[in-house]
Amino acid sequence: MVNVALQGDVVAAYGFAARAKALNRLRGIDIVFRVLTRVAALGVLVILGGVIISLIDGSLPALRAFGLNFLVEERWNPVTDKFGALAPIYGTLVTSFIAMLIAVPVGLLIAVFLTELCPMWLRRPIGIAIELLAGIPSIIYGIWGLFVFAPFLQETLQPSLIAVFGNIPVLSALFAGPPYGIGILTAGLILAIMVLPFVTSISRDVFDAVPTVLKEAAYGIGCTTWEVVRYVVLPYARVGVIGGVMLGLGRALGETMAVTFVIGNAHRVSSSLLAPGTTISATIANEFTEAVGDLYTSSLIALGLILFVITFIVLAIARYMLLRIERRIG
Amino acid sequence: MTSLYAARRRRNRIMMRLSLAATLMGLAWLVVILAVLLWEGLSGLSLAVFTEMTPPPGGTGGLLNPIVGSLMLTILAVLIGTPIGILAGTYMAEYGRHDRLTSVVRFINDILLSAPSIVVGLFIYEVMVAPMGHFSGLAGAVALAVIVIPVVVRTTEDMLILVPNELREAAAALGTPRAFVITTVCYRAAKAGMITGVLLATARISGETAPLLFTALSNQFWSSNLNAPMASLPMVIFQFALSPYKDWQMLAWTGALIITFTVLSLSIIARALAASRKP
Amino acid sequence: MKLFHSLMAAGFIAAAAGWPALAIDISGAGATFPYPIYAKWADAYKKETGNGLNYQSIGSGGGIKQIKAKTVTFGASDAPLLGKELDESGLIQFPMVMGGIVPVVNIEGMKSGDLVIDGPTLAKIFLGEIKTWNDPAIAKLNPSAKLPSQSIAVVHRSDGSGTTYNFAYYLAEVSPDWKSKVGFNTSVEWPVGIGAKGNEGVANNVAQTKGSIGYVEYAYAKQNKLTYTKMVNKAGKTVEPTSATFQAAAANANWDSAPRYGVILANQPGVESWPMTAATWILMYKKPQDPAAAAEALKFFAWSYENGAKMAEELDYIAMPKNVVDSVKKTWAGEVKDASGKPLYAMAR
Repeated sequence: MVNVALQGDVVAAYGFAARAKALNRLRGIDIVFRVLTRVAALGVLVILGGVIISLIDGSLPALRAFGLNFLVEERWNPVTDKFGALAPIYGTLVTSFIAMLIAVPVGLLIAVFLTELCPMWLRRPIGIAIELLAGIPSIIYGIWGLFVFAPFLQETLQPSLIAVFGNIPVLSALFAGPPYGIGILTAGLILAIMVLPFVTSISRDVFDAVPTVLKEAAYGIGCTTWEVVRYVVLPYARVGVIGGVMLGLGRALGETMAVTFVIGNAHRVSSSLLAPGTTISATIANEFTEAVGDLYTSSLIALGLILFVITFIVLAIARYMLLRIERRIG
Repeated sequence: MTSLYAARRRRNRIMMRLSLAATLMGLAWLVVILAVLLWEGLSGLSLAVFTEMTPPPGGTGGLLNPIVGSLMLTILAVLIGTPIGILAGTYMAEYGRHDRLTSVVRFINDILLSAPSIVVGLFIYEVMVAPMGHFSGLAGAVALAVIVIPVVVRTTEDMLILVPNELREAAAALGTPRAFVITTVCYRAAKAGMITGVLLATARISGETAPLLFTALSNQFWSSNLNAPMASLPMVIFQFALSPYKDWQMLAWTGALIITFTVLSLSIIARALAASRKP
Repeated sequence: MKLFHSLMAAGFIAAAAGWPALAIDISGAGATFPYPIYAKWADAYKKETGNGLNYQSIGSGGGIKQIKAKTVTFGASDAPLLGKELDESGLIQFPMVMGGIVPVVNIEGMKSGDLVIDGPTLAKIFLGEIKTWNDPAIAKLNPSAKLPSQSIAVVHRSDGSGTTYNFAYYLAEVSPDWKSKVGFNTSVEWPVGIGAKGNEGVANNVAQTKGSIGYVEYAYAKQNKLTYTKMVNKAGKTVEPTSATFQAAAANANWDSAPRYGVILANQPGVESWPMTAATWILMYKKPQDPAAAAEALKFFAWSYENGAKMAEELDYIAMPKNVVDSVKKTWAGEVKDASGKPLYAMAR
């Protein structure tokens, strides 16, 4: 946009001094504003850069001391100053995996319900209700998990899992151990509830964007609703759904408060899902304020760096995929 | 009716029933969580909660200092983050809509939007708390501001892009400088949407605990000093819920109820605002 | 633009309004072990003098870290620091109060004092070698008790803790296996179990988890009505956790001999002694960064020494004996000085 009107010097040449001054002032404001906005935009980059740099800087002592071994060492001993990230990384990956295993099918099914089966007047209320699940702060999930869900699981699900799988050779190791109530499985289940709204709302948006023409053509040749979903809607929406799933995964990986309450804080890799464990964010949340010694603090920051890298990669893939679907929808 | 047809119908019926079951299950979780929250939280709700300070274990008290602390931190975070977010969004939508910087910033912004908040806390610890030598409410507010910025950037950019170009052209034709076109015309047109963004960001940070863990810490007493540890509802809930004292646990539930109510109300108001704009 | 300006102005005003300092709040952080009694003292002190104590109960490890980082006026730890470490950091330490650590359990039908445990058995449980409640080793100590076949859910501390230090020290004394496999420190590599934050977290977890066992400071067991056990002490006698048994153990302490008051009270001899008694210390700088705050803190501690004994007794903590208090005050007067060398604590006549 050319600021033709702001040519104060031209006006001044004609002798309108006051007006020239006013116009020049306006032009000054204009330039300042433009620079401010540009600086703010660069500021966003600076924040991200700052996060990465401060994380790398903080974790250097630990990385130098342990090297890549940090990633596969299980032992976490603040006394002998030997730290290994295997248990937190394992816990983070396993809880997120459990969460996605449950949230993705359930979320997709809810999206199918909302787009195909649900009566029109119910669609918005139910959609809003599911999204309210996303609005509940994670610390609420934490205390609900600790006081309600974990004891409930200790009484019901966990003993039955132990009983059912107790005699099957491989699976019994997966579900072994005293029923603590809290543990990796419980954390995974709570994460599933937290991630569900993300998967559902993105899937629903993407399902809605499928051209009705395609669906009607399928109905026209006699497909059942499920067949339309399976053979027309899902393939069309595939990329968007995966994007939504990745977004949910990113959330699950980084979730702190809900997990900290129910994960059990044990720096061990156990084969049993009912055992306590730890995740990266729970470890940092629990131990950072008490970490004595540079190597301890640095190891915790290194954990933060690992988490940031993992979520960055997952979110980058998610955004890329969503970008592709947005371009296609137009 | 051939058996193939029957099989297809059966499969369809099963899947549709499963999807209904999934929806009911999803809704059931919401109902269960909210019901427990109301049940536990309401029993502790009283005027004292809003007028008295946090008690030592075994004493009676309320949540006055965490509520005030949370209010201060949230308001300050929004005051810091909103201008930066709006300005950045303005650049992306108005001045640099198609240039390289904008696409990079948009990508980075979306990453920051979903980044784990504990990492933000670590970042602010490194750049503010460690050099300053002590925890402070200010560090907590800045950490929250870092969470506010991506939300505001996103909604500002989206809303400004929706403003029809005709409006801008009309203003320019009248001789309005670019900066004033944006502030007097575009902002006003996108006002509802931008406010929605700010409300959503506020709702988001009201419930955040992780960024405050090593920035603002917490404080048992009246804390309005930004240069010192400051109490906040999420931190107090964290501390009280993990304690074995029944009166503390009750206060934790009540605090949780207050936060959830605030967050959900803000979300609903934001949603209503967004919907009212539509023709 | 105008809206933007007024918003920024409002922001600055709000920030400035929060800036002025308030009535003195002494800040401290550290051990969860003495938190109940510190909180009680702080409440009474505030009622009397108007000055408050902001104590963050984050564990001894946290207390040591925060005082070294100078983010608080004093640190609190039940793991005493060695003389070398104190000198390197320019800190002094002095004991504030003593208490007992008790094992707590959550077994159906078991009430406080029903179960008897001894050191070696406790060590085996926490090593993961004894896995169920009806194990013969436990049954031998409890011939008449009905022990279920339930698995034992071990609960330990996830944070750096002086309580852990004293507990693990005791286990190392009574079990060579424990000493070689785990050792003792504020944080150890626990072979089994869930980690909980603070004495509070352990108490909470044991209360919530059926079949669990944990270790907490006695006030936590008492205040939260947890089921504690009896123990067999060094003299072979079965004792209950009470003021009297804690006193008996504390009476053995030779405060003058230990450098920097670093006496560990675990596994003390005597027929009445409770095997897991512990003292807890305060850490402060010899040359504090904020002399005014440090002076206020010393006033609070002096007040607590003089007026806090009865409150300590109510929670079954043991107050420090008078000769130790006098010695500590001399240390304050001699060592804690401001930048100009003036002592921050004036000895009363």
